Amino acid sequence: MNDTGPYNPSLIHDFALWVDSHAWSTALHESLWVYPLVESTHVLTLMLFVGMLAMVDLRMLGVAFRHTPVSEMTARVLPWSVAGFVIMVCTGVLLFYAIPVRTAHSVWFRVKVILLIVAAINAWWFHRRVSRDRERWDSQPKPPLNVRLTAALSLATWSGVIVAGRMIAYNWFDCDRPQSAFITWAAGCAAELQAEAG
Amino acid sequence: MTWCEQFGWFETYDRLEQTWIGVAIRESLWLFPGIEAVHLLGLAMIGGSILVVDLRLLGVGLTRLTTGQVLASARPWFIGALVLMFLTGVPLFLSEAVKCCFNDSFEVKMVALATGIVFTFGIRNRVAARNDAPAWVARVVALVSLAVWFTVAAAGRWIGFSG
Repeated sequence: MNDTGPYNPSLIHDFALWVDSHAWSTALHESLWVYPLVESTHVLTLMLFVGMLAMVDLRMLGVAFRHTPVSEMTARVLPWSVAGFVIMVCTGVLLFYAIPVRTAHSVWFRVKVILLIVAAINAWWFHRRVSRDRERWDSQPKPPLNVRLTAALSLATWSGVIVAGRMIAYNWFDCDRPQSAFITWAAGCAAELQAEAG
Repeated sequence: MTWCEQFGWFETYDRLEQTWIGVAIRESLWLFPGIEAVHLLGLAMIGGSILVVDLRLLGVGLTRLTTGQVLASARPWFIGALVLMFLTGVPLFLSEAVKCCFNDSFEVKMVALATGIVFTFGIRNRVAARNDAPAWVARVVALVSLAVWFTVAAAGRWIGFSG
């Protein structure tokens, strides 16, 4: 990003502007009931998505369901979490769709996306590598260290996603307020401010 | 009209809002959002620990375990999450007690919460612990549990939307 040079719109900013140009985006943002309902569904589905995932992670940490095979948890509990995740993605996309420009330039949203990527890599790593020798530790009350580390990282990243997601609602770091150079850079404020000025 | 208005509890709520905890949270930029975020982490935890048992009572999920076994594993996490919810929820209330006096959702949540705690420890956990409850009893108990706790969560979220 070149802050002093001619306006050079970022891809993210252009995408957000394009979404913002949809009439339905504005309609959803301004709707009296639909937006709060979508938002509430997003929050309440935490119980299903993260709640059920936490049960599996706690099992892998060896602190819950210690006498239930991990495979039993992933076969019988994880699908509920996945169903919750689908609802999370659908409602999350709608929330972004309703307020695209501010969200795209929210530092918290950007942190959340990074944490989502970390969580995704961790989940992929678990299924790809960690669970390869699962039969060896499937029934152990306390699985090996690498399994516990994956579970701990899962709990930590999803907790971070929840906290960062909640903070999107607060405007401390919005581009239309005075911000430090770091926030201005991290939130891509230059593109938003120049677009508003132009 | 809320009970708080009807029965004249306003002054009590107002005094609660003046407690040092309430004042400290209101005067801080970060405390309310921070406590609220932890309250949300508790929501996920309490939701999971309730769902895993109620789903089993409904006959899905961990069906190779008895309802009592599922309860035994989930119960400490439910209690832990409940404590976390109180430790964060009470300060949140103290910071905006006056608003809560005029907030229908807050009162709905409190009634549902009391119902949920009594029902969970008084009926639902006992039914789950004794494994021999008829399937229809287990199902009804699970549905009541899910409905009550959903109301607690939904009304809780709605406190922020209303007034």
